[in-house]
Amino acid sequence: MIEVQHLTKRYGRVTAVDDVSFRVERGEILGFLGPNGAGKTTTMRILTGYIPATEGKAIVAGFDVFDQPIEAKRRTGYLPETPPLYPDMSVAEYLNFVANIKGVPANEKRQRIQQVMAKTRIDDVANRLCSKLSKGYRQRVGLAQAIIHNPDVLILDEPTAGLDPKQIIETRQLIKELAGDHTIILSTHILPEVSQTCQRVVIINKGRVVAVDTPDNLTARLRGSETMYVQVDSNGMDASGALRRVAGVTRVVESDRREPVIGYEVESERGQDVRRELARAVVTNGWGLLELRPLRMSLEDIFLSLTTDETPTTAVEPPAGETVHA
Amino acid sequence: MRNIIAIANKELRSYFSSPIAYIVIGFWALLYGYFFIAILQFFVRQSMQMSQFGGPQSMNVNQQLIRPLLQNVTILDLFLLPMVTMRTYAEEKRSGTIELLLTSPVSDFEIIMGKFLGAMALYTVMLAVTLLHIGLLFIYGHPEWKPIVTAYIGLWLLGGCFISLGLLISSMTKNQIVAGMVTFAIFLMFWVITWIGSFSGPTVDKLTQYLSIIDHLDDFNKGVLDTSHIIYYVSFITFGLFLTAKSVDTERWRG
Repeated sequence: MIEVQHLTKRYGRVTAVDDVSFRVERGEILGFLGPNGAGKTTTMRILTGYIPATEGKAIVAGFDVFDQPIEAKRRTGYLPETPPLYPDMSVAEYLNFVANIKGVPANEKRQRIQQVMAKTRIDDVANRLCSKLSKGYRQRVGLAQAIIHNPDVLILDEPTAGLDPKQIIETRQLIKELAGDHTIILSTHILPEVSQTCQRVVIINKGRVVAVDTPDNLTARLRGSETMYVQVDSNGMDASGALRRVAGVTRVVESDRREPVIGYEVESERGQDVRRELARAVVTNGWGLLELRPLRMSLEDIFLSLTTDETPTTAVEPPAGETVHA
Repeated sequence: MRNIIAIANKELRSYFSSPIAYIVIGFWALLYGYFFIAILQFFVRQSMQMSQFGGPQSMNVNQQLIRPLLQNVTILDLFLLPMVTMRTYAEEKRSGTIELLLTSPVSDFEIIMGKFLGAMALYTVMLAVTLLHIGLLFIYGHPEWKPIVTAYIGLWLLGGCFISLGLLISSMTKNQIVAGMVTFAIFLMFWVITWIGSFSGPTVDKLTQYLSIIDHLDDFNKGVLDTSHIIYYVSFITFGLFLTAKSVDTERWRG
């Protein structure tokens, strides 16, 4: 549905996007992840035909955005970072205008406007001026605007930026609902958003693609070995010896101690599931097994290790009780 | 065509849903009314003097009233049209709605034409206001209607030039005030360009006369429809819109 080949954008001496290539299949939600200024917005603007690329090619819904911009734009819905609303129009007037310039046939217009207003839940503000809308409503009107001509491709630039937590959840839900009919690219610098809404992630940093994969694969890829977190009530006795004796375990490190409970991080060889043996070892020693769970690298850690120049290391998740993302 | 109409319609609406249209039309009507009264009084006094001294022919309403009156309308154009055009592009760029227009399946040409026609529609409303006073003259006198028609064609074309130039300036900046001021300054330059002509030899004189946006209006006011003047205005408008298209494209490359 979307194909980007060797896209490069230079502003004078500054290279904003450097040789970016990726593909998005029909019906997929692709997350575009990167720190601020990584080139996310620039790439999206190129895909929507707002700015031309210096080099490279972008094909949206089968049309080259440089050679057949009108055809490509007809099939693209775009929500820029700030929703492009006209302050002196009412929501209904605004959607009517957008339907006109997006080429919605006159006889379907009324119906389409009703549909998208229902879908994005903005019917109750239909007659309010855009300038009087709250941030959450502005964002939703922006989304309504993007889908009014039922485009094949939806490009959303930070769709949840500046919303409150409830609105964020609603917006994500809405985006997931849209995914069936539309192919979606959304950009964000918020990591949980990607793991919650996207099937695939493109991580971009300083204009370059650092990684393209599913959130799960990315997590797996960066994990050199499997790590388990084991919490044992051993009456203060050191259980590390017993744990270390389990076949497949390579390393045991005490990670926290709250008498009489001790937590251990147990590393094992890759691909070997040692959970059963660990549990058995604890129980046969007469201790209480309080917790046993795999430690995975959160996307946050992946993101940091990919976009900072340090070598990726196995991340350590905070002990239980704190919020965990991935 | 549908896109052009949609955009023109949106432009016209936004003039009237913001204070701009009311302020511009209000001051336009006020100043024009003042000109009308001033010129009418002068005309009445002159014609009374004329009849006292028993002049052979009566005063000509077209020549001595309507012509100077409509000449003064050009001054209103000079001051008020920059306020009409200054926001056209600048405001869209500032608020980010330009992203909506440029990512919609409409061509740059359609956007520019839409904006041009929207501003022209407002200008037409402004001109229509002036017809009211002219109508009064028809009730109390017998002016010739043909030179009035040509004068209005001229004024309409002149306004078109100003608007196309205003669009061009507005497309170059995000700042409405800058757009308005630069537009006004350039209008004024086209106005006074003949001043140096008379001292600078015949070639320069001819050239500046040709460039002067006001000199071409004289014949329209006299009731003469000369194709060379029409061509001047139409090419001015076309060139202005063409440069606007180029400017929009350049801005796009700059990002």
